Amino acid sequence: MAAPIAIQLEFGGGAELLFDGLKKHHVTLPTQTEPWDVKQLLVWIQRNLLKERPELFVQGDSVRPGILVLINDADWELMGELDYQLQDHDNVVFISTLHGG
Amino acid sequence: MCQVNEEYHDGLEQAQVPGVSKKCVKCKEASAAVVIRAGDAYCRGCFKEYFIHKFRAMLGKNRIIFPGEKVLLAVSGGPSSCSMLSQVQEGLSQNAHKKLRFLPGIVFIDESGVLGQSLEERQKTVSELQAVFRATGFPFHMVPLEQVLEVPSSVVVTAPSPSDQPASAYKAAVDRFIQRDSSCPTSQEQKERSLPVVQEAHTRLLQQLVGSAKTLTAKQDLLNTLKQHLLVHTARTEGYSKVMLGDNCTRLAVKLLTSISVGRGAQLAQDTGFSDTRYGDIILVRPMREYSAKEIAFYNHMFSVASVFVPSLDTKSTEKASIQRLTESFVTKLQTEFPSTVSTIYRTSEKLQTSCRSSSTAEPSDRCLLCVCAMDTAVEDASAFQATLTSVQLSQVKVPGSCSTKVPGLNQAPVELQAPAPSGQCCSSGGGGGEDCGRAERGGSCCSSTEKPEAIDLKSLLCYSCQLTIKDMSSVECLPQYILSEAKRRQRRSQMREDISEFLLCDGDGDDS
Ligand SMILES: [Zn+2]
Ligand SMILES: [Zn+2]
Repeated sequence: MAAPIAIQLEFGGGAELLFDGLKKHHVTLPTQTEPWDVKQLLVWIQRNLLKERPELFVQGDSVRPGILVLINDADWELMGELDYQLQDHDNVVFISTLHGG
Repeated sequence: MCQVNEEYHDGLEQAQVPGVSKKCVKCKEASAAVVIRAGDAYCRGCFKEYFIHKFRAMLGKNRIIFPGEKVLLAVSGGPSSCSMLSQVQEGLSQNAHKKLRFLPGIVFIDESGVLGQSLEERQKTVSELQAVFRATGFPFHMVPLEQVLEVPSSVVVTAPSPSDQPASAYKAAVDRFIQRDSSCPTSQEQKERSLPVVQEAHTRLLQQLVGSAKTLTAKQDLLNTLKQHLLVHTARTEGYSKVMLGDNCTRLAVKLLTSISVGRGAQLAQDTGFSDTRYGDIILVRPMREYSAKEIAFYNHMFSVASVFVPSLDTKSTEKASIQRLTESFVTKLQTEFPSTVSTIYRTSEKLQTSCRSSSTAEPSDRCLLCVCAMDTAVEDASAFQATLTSVQLSQVKVPGSCSTKVPGLNQAPVELQAPAPSGQCCSSGGGGGEDCGRAERGGSCCSSTEKPEAIDLKSLLCYSCQLTIKDMSSVECLPQYILSEAKRRQRRSQMREDISEFLLCDGDGDDS
């Protein structure tokens, strides 16, 4: 059993519009049997945070193409992308590069 | 706690080392923070250096901006143009020989009136941007798009360029500037132009104009055209000779494919090149065209470059809402799987450059009334333009009296129309498959104009692509006065030329007579 972890989520480039216009969110991911990875985080965000139009944020298992992800200020491509295992106090940033958000 | 419908592949999961493990490919010391091209991972410090160097290299290579020249930075509030602004600041703060030596000013065009935003919302965006601009110390101009209704007709006429300066002139200018620079440091006093009061009637006119375009594709196209006219006008009245635009490589790749889809093939080079000379005296420059959207987003995030989110026509629209939007999602999807997509398309645009030289030498009268590019309509029979023309003619021969009457709005076809122009039609007008028709209702209300005595045949004054845009409008009477009066002027002129043609010694010389 993994203990609950507290992380900070940040949305920018217009992606924040899908989250009530709020850029920063401090969230606690509940205890679950498996350690939390980014793939599960995306599911959690969809269920608990996303206010509208999920297709503008996620596509399939991953984020919508054109949305960049940074984990602790580094490109998620360097961190294992969807498989990265989240740690307590991690900072995950989503930036939309799409025109008009 | 457990989530029932989730599957976890325990066996397949690889042991993940948390934290960054890869080293920077450049300094080979610090740990990597951003993957630029496939496999090239840079650390924070090297990425910053690379980013800053690229900007200066771009301007240095092209040698188009002269020392001491007044340059207007078009900042929309978006990440790309805000990044451009920060690079100019960075460049001006450098020490002597790396220093940028032009005099920047900022312009922001506020198009939110078109989106029906309230005055409070507009003011909020404007004051957020003003805070960013004030911090730069550069003079800035906040211009509501409504002002485009008051620009003179000359904005759509290519002005003569102030003598072509040879390459040697550049060096001389640098030397002169350095001498002057050492005696008195260039400090412009910061002038501010806050948003002038906007007349409600003007906002409504603008909304009607954009509303009269039936498709989002045409709306965006029209809006971009008006914005560009207003930019050029602002540059002229405020004494700037260059306008810097923030188009990045990703955006230009999308623009390139979009341009092809909407029939702007002939104007590609001007639309996406480093410098754009269509207006003659004012040159549009795109110094951000070698940065990808990703590089910009990372730089802005890492080095706290402020940008302000400004909603646009296509905010939160679906990916099939317009051709621009669809192309964007096509390119970004490809890009995630094939990271060299954008750069490949971009390099294609570089190669197109040479094939379209003629557009810089065309006479003002041979230029499109809207986009001010050289006309592409004098082409052989096998072109898309001719095909469209033929199909339009064919479909006009027999107009079934019933519901499917198609009124092409602007061309006074020699066909008696049985039915009155159906104002509410939107989806029925074919061609725009998959277009967002939701906002079309407004179309009919404003422009219920009947045939005026002096009907304007805009068609002959427009390039192929702008003709298509205009065709998507329910009425051309909504166009701003400066466009309509220039259209009338050109029409009268060509009429006059026709009238006296038999007295002319040599015809078709194209010179303004
Ligand atoms: Zn490095
Ligand atoms: Zn045109």
